[in-house]
Amino acid sequence: MIEWIAQHIVAKYNFWIAIVIMLTGLYATVAKGNLLKKLIGLTIFQTAIFLFYVSLSDVGTLSGLGLHYGTAPIVWEEGIHRGYMYVNPLPHVLMLTGIVVSAATTAVGLALVVRLYEEYGTLEEERIMEKEMEIDKRGT
Amino acid sequence: MIIPIDLALLFFIVVIAIAAITTKDLLAAIVLLSAYSFLMACVWVEMNAVDVGFTEAAIGAGVTTAFMIAALSRTARWEEK
Repeated sequence: MIEWIAQHIVAKYNFWIAIVIMLTGLYATVAKGNLLKKLIGLTIFQTAIFLFYVSLSDVGTLSGLGLHYGTAPIVWEEGIHRGYMYVNPLPHVLMLTGIVVSAATTAVGLALVVRLYEEYGTLEEERIMEKEMEIDKRGT
Repeated sequence: MIIPIDLALLFFIVVIAIAAITTKDLLAAIVLLSAYSFLMACVWVEMNAVDVGFTEAAIGAGVTTAFMIAALSRTARWEEK
């Protein structure tokens, strides 16, 4: 039992922490009233997913404590002959794209936030809904 | 990766993420988010993902913070409630 816990929970702590950070971001995105705070939560959520993927690529996490660690995926003349271990570079490249997309979505969201503030004079979701209701009532 | 460094950085990351979403001052939240991104860049360098590390340091901690402060200067600083 203790061995099972050590293998499946303690050795993979990176994934558990990624889940904790992800849920922190999700909470901010859903429960906070301020629109800028929602965007901050979204950024945290995205970063947690990057952490999950980069942890997948790391060979040191799962293959034993202190036995052998992979190096950065850089060509190294002597290492090629020795057969050195390196971390999987494919998730890194995918997450590189993800970081750029994350910055772009944040920029679009901020543009919408600024426009909403110009229109309604507030960033609180409830205030915006109230003003929207008032406009609807006046219209009919 | 080096497990003690990894654990320490991840602990600070969780604490800073919770602090960033609970504070009422949005400028403080943005600065905390910048610190969060920088620590995340440290985690990636320590996990041998150096390319992701410097992209995060430039885009996550740099450009996103600049965008957010630019948006904040046109809107309200304090969160209600």
